[in-house]
Amino acid sequence: MTPALPVLLASVLVGAGCYAVLARRHAVLMVIGVELILAGAGMVLIAADAFEPDRYASGAVLTMFVITIAAAEVVLALAVFVALYRARGHVDLQPDEAIE
Amino acid sequence: MTLRDGAFLAIGGLTCLSAVLAVTSRRVLHAALWLVVTLGSVAGCYLVLGAELVALVQLLVYVGGVVVVLLFALMLTRAEGPGVAPVNTSRRRRALAAVVSAALTALLGWALVSLVGWEQRAVGGSSNADIGTQIFDTWVWPFELLALLLLLALVAAIAVARGAGVTEDTGADRTSDDADADAR
Repeated sequence: MTPALPVLLASVLVGAGCYAVLARRHAVLMVIGVELILAGAGMVLIAADAFEPDRYASGAVLTMFVITIAAAEVVLALAVFVALYRARGHVDLQPDEAIE
Repeated sequence: MTLRDGAFLAIGGLTCLSAVLAVTSRRVLHAALWLVVTLGSVAGCYLVLGAELVALVQLLVYVGGVVVVLLFALMLTRAEGPGVAPVNTSRRRRALAAVVSAALTALLGWALVSLVGWEQRAVGGSSNADIGTQIFDTWVWPFELLALLLLLALVAAIAVARGAGVTEDTGADRTSDDADADAR
Protein backbone atom coordinates (compact mmCIF):
# COMPACT_ATOMS: atom_id res chain seq x y z
CA MET A 1 0.00 0.00 0.00
CA THR A 2 1.06 3.61 -0.29
CA PRO A 3 2.80 5.09 2.75
CA ALA A 4 1.18 8.47 2.13
CA LEU A 5 -2.17 7.43 3.67
CA PRO A 6 -0.88 6.68 7.21
CA VAL A 7 1.15 9.89 7.40
CA LEU A 8 -1.82 11.93 6.10
CA LEU A 9 -3.99 10.36 8.82
CA ALA A 10 -1.29 11.20 11.37
CA SER A 11 -1.25 14.85 10.30
CA VAL A 12 -5.06 15.03 10.57
CA LEU A 13 -4.88 13.56 14.08
CA VAL A 14 -2.21 16.07 15.11
CA GLY A 15 -4.22 18.93 13.61
CA ALA A 16 -7.39 17.88 15.43
CA GLY A 17 -5.46 17.56 18.68
CA CYS A 18 -3.89 20.99 18.17
CA TYR A 19 -7.38 22.46 17.67
CA ALA A 20 -8.56 20.89 20.93
CA VAL A 21 -5.55 22.21 22.84
CA LEU A 22 -6.11 25.72 21.47
CA ALA A 23 -9.91 25.96 21.48
CA ARG A 24 -11.07 24.02 24.53
CA ARG A 25 -11.61 25.68 27.91
CA HIS A 26 -12.49 22.54 29.85
CA ALA A 27 -9.21 21.00 31.04
CA VAL A 28 -10.23 17.37 30.47
CA LEU A 29 -11.21 18.18 26.87
CA MET A 30 -7.79 19.77 26.34
CA VAL A 31 -6.18 16.52 27.50
CA ILE A 32 -8.25 14.70 24.85
CA GLY A 33 -6.41 16.87 22.29
CA VAL A 34 -3.04 15.88 23.75
CA GLU A 35 -4.05 12.23 23.43
CA LEU A 36 -4.89 12.78 19.75
CA ILE A 37 -1.48 14.39 19.11
CA LEU A 38 0.21 11.38 20.71
CA ALA A 39 -1.92 9.03 18.61
CA GLY A 40 -0.67 10.88 15.51
CA ALA A 41 2.92 10.38 16.66
CA GLY A 42 2.24 6.67 17.11
CA MET A 43 0.74 6.45 13.64
CA VAL A 44 3.93 7.89 12.06
CA LEU A 45 6.10 5.48 14.06
CA ILE A 46 3.99 2.46 13.04
CA ALA A 47 4.08 3.59 9.40
CA ALA A 48 7.87 3.85 9.62
CA ASP A 49 8.00 0.36 11.08
CA ALA A 50 5.66 -1.07 8.42
CA PHE A 51 7.42 0.43 5.39
CA GLU A 52 11.05 0.65 6.51
CA PRO A 53 11.54 -1.98 9.23
CA ASP A 54 14.87 -2.03 11.04
CA ARG A 55 16.52 -4.77 13.07
CA TYR A 56 15.70 -3.12 16.41
CA ALA A 57 11.93 -3.04 15.71
CA SER A 58 12.17 0.59 16.83
CA GLY A 59 8.88 1.78 15.31
CA ALA A 60 6.71 -0.73 17.13
CA VAL A 61 8.67 -0.60 20.41
CA LEU A 62 8.75 3.19 20.51
CA THR A 63 5.00 3.31 19.79
CA MET A 64 4.39 1.14 22.84
CA PHE A 65 6.67 3.41 24.87
CA VAL A 66 4.68 6.45 23.69
CA ILE A 67 1.43 4.71 24.69
CA THR A 68 2.87 3.96 28.14
CA ILE A 69 4.11 7.52 28.67
CA ALA A 70 0.74 8.84 27.51
CA ALA A 71 -1.00 6.65 30.09
CA ALA A 72 1.27 7.97 32.86
CA GLU A 73 0.76 11.54 31.65
CA VAL A 74 -3.02 11.32 31.50
CA VAL A 75 -3.27 9.76 34.97
CA LEU A 76 -1.17 12.57 36.48
CA ALA A 77 -2.99 15.30 34.56
CA LEU A 78 -6.40 14.06 35.64
CA ALA A 79 -5.26 13.77 39.27
CA VAL A 80 -4.17 17.42 39.07
CA PHE A 81 -7.57 18.37 37.60
CA VAL A 82 -9.44 16.58 40.38
CA ALA A 83 -7.32 18.42 42.95
CA LEU A 84 -7.92 21.68 41.05
CA TYR A 85 -11.68 21.08 41.05
CA ARG A 86 -11.68 20.50 44.79
CA ALA A 87 -9.68 23.69 45.35
CA ARG A 88 -11.47 26.05 42.93
CA GLY A 89 -14.78 24.41 42.03
CA HIS A 90 -14.11 24.35 38.29
CA VAL A 91 -11.52 23.17 35.78
CA ASP A 92 -11.93 26.15 33.45
CA LEU A 93 -8.65 27.09 31.79
CA GLN A 94 -9.73 30.70 31.11
CA PRO A 95 -11.62 31.78 34.21
CA ASP A 96 -11.05 35.50 33.52
CA GLU A 97 -12.61 35.63 30.09
CA ALA A 98 -16.18 36.91 30.10
CA ILE A 99 -18.77 34.18 29.58
CA GLU A 100 -20.46 34.82 26.26
CA MET B 1 -4.95 0.90 -5.15
CA THR B 2 -4.78 -2.34 -3.26
CA LEU B 3 -7.20 -3.96 -0.84
CA ARG B 4 -5.05 -2.75 2.05
CA ASP B 5 -5.33 0.83 0.75
CA GLY B 6 -9.11 0.49 0.68
CA ALA B 7 -9.24 -0.91 4.21
CA PHE B 8 -6.95 1.83 5.48
CA LEU B 9 -9.01 4.50 3.70
CA ALA B 10 -12.21 3.23 5.33
CA ILE B 11 -10.80 2.95 8.87
CA GLY B 12 -8.74 6.13 8.47
CA GLY B 13 -11.81 8.04 7.32
CA LEU B 14 -13.66 6.86 10.42
CA THR B 15 -10.66 7.94 12.52
CA CYS B 16 -10.57 11.43 10.99
CA LEU B 17 -14.32 11.91 11.36
CA SER B 18 -14.42 10.78 14.99
CA ALA B 19 -11.29 12.81 15.85
CA VAL B 20 -12.93 15.97 14.50
CA LEU B 21 -16.14 15.17 16.38
CA ALA B 22 -14.14 14.49 19.58
CA VAL B 23 -12.57 17.94 19.46
CA THR B 24 -15.66 19.89 18.37
CA SER B 25 -18.46 18.22 20.35
CA ARG B 26 -20.04 20.60 22.86
CA ARG B 27 -21.06 17.86 25.29
CA VAL B 28 -18.07 16.65 27.29
CA LEU B 29 -19.38 13.09 27.52
CA HIS B 30 -19.90 12.93 23.76
CA ALA B 31 -16.35 14.18 23.22
CA ALA B 32 -14.99 11.43 25.47
CA LEU B 33 -17.06 8.77 23.71
CA TRP B 34 -15.91 10.00 20.27
CA LEU B 35 -12.36 9.71 21.62
CA VAL B 36 -13.10 6.02 22.30
CA VAL B 37 -14.10 5.60 18.64
CA THR B 38 -11.00 7.49 17.47
CA LEU B 39 -8.54 5.49 19.54
CA GLY B 40 -10.27 2.21 18.68
CA SER B 41 -10.06 2.95 14.97
CA VAL B 42 -6.42 4.01 15.36
CA ALA B 43 -5.91 0.48 16.70
CA GLY B 44 -7.70 -0.76 13.55
CA CYS B 45 -5.26 1.24 11.40
CA TYR B 46 -2.35 -0.38 13.26
CA LEU B 47 -3.89 -3.77 12.42
CA VAL B 48 -4.11 -2.84 8.72
CA LEU B 49 -0.44 -1.80 8.86
CA GLY B 50 0.43 -5.23 10.24
CA ALA B 51 1.25 -4.27 13.83
CA GLU B 52 -1.05 -6.60 15.78
CA LEU B 53 0.79 -6.35 19.08
CA VAL B 54 0.74 -2.55 19.12
CA ALA B 55 -2.93 -2.57 18.13
CA LEU B 56 -3.73 -4.80 21.11
CA VAL B 57 -1.65 -2.64 23.46
CA GLN B 58 -3.46 0.44 22.12
CA LEU B 59 -6.86 -1.17 22.77
CA LEU B 60 -5.93 -2.39 26.26
CA VAL B 61 -4.20 0.77 27.48
CA TYR B 62 -6.22 3.48 25.75
CA VAL B 63 -9.74 2.15 25.37
CA GLY B 64 -9.47 0.06 28.53
CA GLY B 65 -7.53 2.42 30.76
CA VAL B 66 -7.08 5.99 29.64
CA VAL B 67 -10.68 6.50 28.56
CA VAL B 68 -12.01 5.08 31.83
CA VAL B 69 -9.81 7.52 33.74
CA LEU B 70 -11.03 10.36 31.47
CA LEU B 71 -14.67 9.42 32.11
CA PHE B 72 -14.02 9.33 35.86
CA ALA B 73 -12.45 12.79 35.68
CA LEU B 74 -15.46 14.08 33.73
CA MET B 75 -17.79 12.65 36.37
CA LEU B 76 -15.79 14.20 39.21
CA THR B 77 -15.64 17.67 37.61
CA ARG B 78 -18.98 19.30 36.88
CA ALA B 79 -18.81 20.73 33.35
CA GLU B 80 -22.36 21.56 32.34
CA GLY B 81 -25.28 23.31 33.92
CA PRO B 82 -26.21 26.82 34.95
CA GLY B 83 -23.38 29.11 36.03
CA VAL B 84 -20.65 26.90 34.57
CA ALA B 85 -18.29 28.34 31.97
CA PRO B 86 -18.67 27.02 28.39
CA VAL B 87 -16.30 24.24 27.37
CA ASN B 88 -15.01 26.13 24.32
CA THR B 89 -13.30 29.49 23.95
CA SER B 90 -14.89 32.42 22.18
CA ARG B 91 -15.90 32.19 18.52
CA ARG B 92 -12.96 34.37 17.39
CA ARG B 93 -10.42 32.23 19.22
CA ARG B 94 -11.98 29.05 17.87
CA ALA B 95 -11.70 30.41 14.31
CA LEU B 96 -8.06 31.29 14.95
CA ALA B 97 -7.44 27.83 16.44
CA ALA B 98 -9.10 26.21 13.40
CA VAL B 99 -6.89 28.22 11.02
CA VAL B 100 -3.73 27.37 12.98
CA SER B 101 -4.53 23.66 13.19
CA ALA B 102 -5.58 23.46 9.53
CA ALA B 103 -2.26 25.08 8.60
CA LEU B 104 -0.43 22.64 10.87
CA THR B 105 -2.25 19.71 9.25
CA ALA B 106 -1.39 20.97 5.76
CA LEU B 107 2.25 21.58 6.67
CA LEU B 108 2.70 18.17 8.32
CA GLY B 109 0.82 16.37 5.55
CA TRP B 110 2.81 18.09 2.81
CA ALA B 111 6.18 17.51 4.51
CA LEU B 112 5.51 13.86 5.37
CA VAL B 113 3.98 12.95 2.00
CA SER B 114 6.85 14.57 0.12
CA LEU B 115 9.15 12.51 2.38
CA VAL B 116 7.52 9.10 1.80
CA GLY B 117 5.88 9.53 -1.63
CA TRP B 118 2.71 7.98 -3.09
CA GLU B 119 4.16 4.88 -4.79
CA GLN B 120 3.06 1.44 -3.64
CA ARG B 121 5.36 -0.34 -1.22
CA ALA B 122 5.29 -3.71 0.48
CA VAL B 123 4.05 -3.74 4.08
CA GLY B 124 6.49 -5.76 6.14
CA GLY B 125 6.69 -4.60 9.71
CA SER B 126 8.52 -6.25 12.58
CA SER B 127 7.03 -9.56 13.66
CA ASN B 128 5.79 -10.05 17.21
CA ALA B 129 8.75 -12.33 17.92
CA ASP B 130 11.14 -9.56 16.78
CA ILE B 131 9.40 -6.99 18.96
CA GLY B 132 9.49 -9.26 22.01
CA THR B 133 13.15 -10.07 21.50
CA GLN B 134 14.12 -6.47 20.96
CA ILE B 135 12.19 -5.16 23.98
CA PHE B 136 14.16 -7.44 26.28
CA ASP B 137 17.41 -6.94 24.40
CA THR B 138 18.04 -3.53 22.86
CA TRP B 139 15.32 -1.65 24.70
CA VAL B 140 15.47 -3.35 28.10
CA TRP B 141 16.70 -0.31 30.08
CA PRO B 142 14.14 2.14 28.69
CA PHE B 143 11.52 -0.57 29.26
CA GLU B 144 12.46 -0.96 32.94
CA LEU B 145 12.63 2.81 33.35
CA LEU B 146 9.10 3.03 31.96
CA ALA B 147 7.92 0.54 34.59
CA LEU B 148 9.40 2.82 37.24
CA LEU B 149 7.83 5.88 35.57
CA LEU B 150 4.38 4.26 35.60
CA LEU B 151 4.70 3.32 39.28
CA LEU B 152 5.84 6.85 40.17
CA ALA B 153 3.04 8.41 38.13
CA LEU B 154 0.36 6.26 39.76
CA VAL B 155 1.65 6.89 43.30
CA ALA B 156 1.97 10.61 42.57
CA ALA B 157 -1.54 10.68 41.08
CA ILE B 158 -3.01 9.10 44.21
CA ALA B 159 -1.07 11.57 46.39
CA VAL B 160 -2.18 14.59 44.32
CA ALA B 161 -5.81 13.51 44.06
CA ARG B 162 -6.03 12.91 47.81
CA GLY B 163 -4.66 16.39 48.45
CA ALA B 164 -1.09 15.78 49.55
CA GLY B 165 0.65 18.88 50.85
CA VAL B 166 -2.56 20.27 52.30
CA THR B 167 -1.78 20.49 55.98
CA GLU B 168 -4.26 20.51 58.81
CA ASP B 169 -4.12 24.25 59.59
CA THR B 170 -5.03 25.19 56.01
CA GLY B 171 -7.87 22.69 56.18
CA ALA B 172 -10.23 25.40 57.42
CA ASP B 173 -9.47 27.58 54.37
CA ARG B 174 -10.06 24.65 52.09
CA THR B 175 -13.45 23.86 53.57
CA SER B 176 -14.54 27.48 53.16
CA ASP B 177 -13.33 27.36 49.55
CA ASP B 178 -15.31 24.19 49.07
CA ALA B 179 -18.36 25.87 50.57
CA ASP B 180 -17.89 28.76 48.10
CA ALA B 181 -17.61 26.28 45.29
CA ASP B 182 -20.77 24.52 46.38
CA ALA B 183 -22.58 27.86 46.64
CA ARG B 184 -21.51 28.64 43.10
